[in-house]
Amino acid sequence: MNNTPILRMDNIVKNFNGVTALKNVSLEVTRGEVHAICGENGAGKSTLMKVLSGVYPAGTYGGNIVFEGEQVGYRSINESEADGIVIIHQELALSPYLSIAENIFLGNEISTRGVIDWNRTNREAALLLARVGLDENPATRVLELGVGKQQLVEIAKALSKQVKLLILDEPTAALNDEDSAHLLTLINHLREQGITSIIISHKLKEIRQIADTVTIIRDGETIESFSMSEPDATEARIIRSMVGRDLSSLFPPREANIGEVIFEVRDWSVYHPVDTTRLVVDGANFTVRAGEIVGFAGLMGAGRTELAMSIFGRSYGTNISGTVLKDGVEIQTRTVDEAIRNGLAYATEDRKKYGLNLIGDIAVNVSAAALAKLVRFGVIDRHREYKVADSYRAKMNIKAPSVSAITGKLSGGNQQKVVLSKWIFSGPDVLILDEPTRGIDVGAKYEIYGIINELAAQGKAVIVISSELPELIGLSDRIYAISEGVLTGEVARADATQERLMHFMTAGKDSAL
Amino acid sequence: MSTTTPAGQQPARRRLPRFRVNLRQYGILAALAIIVLLFQILTEGRLLLPGNVNNLIQQNAYVLILAVGMVMVIIAGHIDLSVGSVVAMVGAIAAISTNQWGLPWWAAVILAILVGALVGAWQGFWVAFVGIPAFIVTLAGMLIFRGLTLVLLTGGTINGLPEQFTAIGAGWLPGWFGELGGRDVLTLVLGALAAAMLVLQQVRSRATLRKLDLPREPLTSFWLKIGISALAILAFTWLLSDYNGTPIILILLALIILIYTFLLNRTVFGRHIYAMGGNLFAAMMSGVKTRWVNFFIFVNMGVLAGLAGVVSTARAGGAVASAGQNYELDAIAAVFIGGAAVQGGVGTVVGAVIGGLVMGVLNMGLSILSVDAAWQMTIKGLVLLLAVAFDIFNKRRAGGR
Repeated sequence: MNNTPILRMDNIVKNFNGVTALKNVSLEVTRGEVHAICGENGAGKSTLMKVLSGVYPAGTYGGNIVFEGEQVGYRSINESEADGIVIIHQELALSPYLSIAENIFLGNEISTRGVIDWNRTNREAALLLARVGLDENPATRVLELGVGKQQLVEIAKALSKQVKLLILDEPTAALNDEDSAHLLTLINHLREQGITSIIISHKLKEIRQIADTVTIIRDGETIESFSMSEPDATEARIIRSMVGRDLSSLFPPREANIGEVIFEVRDWSVYHPVDTTRLVVDGANFTVRAGEIVGFAGLMGAGRTELAMSIFGRSYGTNISGTVLKDGVEIQTRTVDEAIRNGLAYATEDRKKYGLNLIGDIAVNVSAAALAKLVRFGVIDRHREYKVADSYRAKMNIKAPSVSAITGKLSGGNQQKVVLSKWIFSGPDVLILDEPTRGIDVGAKYEIYGIINELAAQGKAVIVISSELPELIGLSDRIYAISEGVLTGEVARADATQERLMHFMTAGKDSAL
Repeated sequence: MSTTTPAGQQPARRRLPRFRVNLRQYGILAALAIIVLLFQILTEGRLLLPGNVNNLIQQNAYVLILAVGMVMVIIAGHIDLSVGSVVAMVGAIAAISTNQWGLPWWAAVILAILVGALVGAWQGFWVAFVGIPAFIVTLAGMLIFRGLTLVLLTGGTINGLPEQFTAIGAGWLPGWFGELGGRDVLTLVLGALAAAMLVLQQVRSRATLRKLDLPREPLTSFWLKIGISALAILAFTWLLSDYNGTPIILILLALIILIYTFLLNRTVFGRHIYAMGGNLFAAMMSGVKTRWVNFFIFVNMGVLAGLAGVVSTARAGGAVASAGQNYELDAIAAVFIGGAAVQGGVGTVVGAVIGGLVMGVLNMGLSILSVDAAWQMTIKGLVLLLAVAFDIFNKRRAGGR
């Protein structure tokens, strides 16, 4: 391995409408190595790769990119691919109804004057499949392949483009162990053939196994970059760098008044809705007490949201098994309606997609989950509906001229307050809040923390799912860590540190509680 | 809040935002008024002759009824292409049941509506519980029910319907209060009542807004709108009273508009339809039983298609296999001209009815001018396109996505 860099990115800066995603990121990748990029959700890893590959065209970011000794600034993916930079996204981008061969050469067809040469296409596809170790007929349609094999088709496609730098974004997040192992072997193999790889991953075990160098990004800045052959290149060091920011955000004071266990989930298992052999949540057991705020920490794809949604009216997954108990009695939550009637509430992670009717006003959104409370003989009491909504507007400090304001026009923080109002109005005993402060400014975050504390003070059981560890530590009385669908740790507030949580969150499924 | 306000000072008194005039709602009313005026001039006053005004209602009743059902289908994010065929089939069954089975007229009406409901349940089943897109289910329905109509009528026509039956589409209320200067008094009284009810209802709902401290439209435009609407109702009934009085179908239409406006605005079912059209996932995650709502939307559409079948058969005085052709397209056009959004979630009963009237006035005006049928179709198509383009333009200007 020689030591000339194939890629250098210097002082990359990227803003979105005034929000800084990348403050100052630098990256140097040596030719022929496997370079891992680590960071928390939202640290800026994917943004950086989009800057590199031209998804964000040159001119929309600041800084310098040098690839193979030449200064570059790609304006589209086509341009970066022409130079041999290929990115494989976490969500695979294959066309399911086309064959493997057709997918490999999609947009790059082997043809003479527009007529495809199928013989050569299939022959070359077969050669590429052999290179990635996929034993399938090139004429097989992609939808017949599992995710792991589809991943390999993506890599074959990259190889067909004479890839020099292969970027894999969370390549094993959706794979089972066997497929993951195969993929890692393949990446090793490609390294021997002189192909440089960048791998974005949360899984420290994998990084240790395969990476030559690791760069850690936090809050849009490069923290450090070191060779994995250094003696102090440990998992602990990576974790420290990933989370090591100050607990700068403030949390409103709260005096916890914790009662009996009122919510309990036993042996909860969920399979993936499409890939029905894949366990997404594996035998989860947890409890929540009255007046307690319980955090769930997990990296993206760990199964946090899947766990919550499967409990709330089986809104996710298939073959769901396990029991839910409230006040010691088993309850059914087979439909959303049933879950609500049994006193559950779930504020979704993506409030725009799953939480709000954005073309509706505040009033119809606040009443949406508990319309029955406002109805007599099938007729909605609009008068009371507005009054209820208005009382929440005042209580939650929703900044809108009136409750007939359209929710789509509110800021993220105010939208989130509408979502919370909706669920509080449904009168639940157990609230599951999935990423309650995502995309919200600091001031509104503080208000929402206050609301969450208030709910706990009323004796409700509150579950908070969050990617922000300082938030979980600042808010929760107790935190469960989830990794690869398995609860891997339970940490009391007093013992909770980001390092400790991150250790559990990256532990993998062999470390079940 | 102005930037010059010193820190710590109480923010200025809560200002109600300037009520944003709903251009789309006014736009469609204004469009109707302009089209009426335009044709009144082009036809040298013949458009608003009492007989023509009467025919406007009796000839277009079916579109208005179908548009009311269709607006609910479209708000929920679906479409129904089968209603024209359903109208034909229901008409055939109603005619057969009176002529061949000797059912009384009222039994035929009930049977027609039940058949409509059954058709709706059939289509609702495939859409809601099997999950086939409504476009496909109702495209199939369009063929199935047209085919069944041909089977029922074996290519012929059935005439000679009972008088009471045809009166539904082509009859008038008897002049109970006699005549005054050649005008039907009952019609004038109904017109005055309707205008008074409109004013009362509007004033009351404005008072409620005030009580709840919600934004209200400016007083001048409020009274202007009511004044013009009330005058239009009075003028309309004034003209009708000079002809044969109040068409029976007008009473039926008024009831349908009132009932369905209430259904959409004030009941759980109506709210769930808007919620599903606004964001299906959010509705599901709020506990809305989306399958059942979809099912009943189609049952309801079937019932109204059955009613439209009765009305159009009654008006025609007989059943023919080619009845109801393109009715689905008229209804869909009316709904979109009336301000419904293609993505769902938006639309009103009143809008759909006004949209239907726009189409009706266009039809009638162009016919009076003896414009060729081919050109009539072309012009209607352009009007639909422009109406939706106007809508999209409006939304973009308002900064929507």
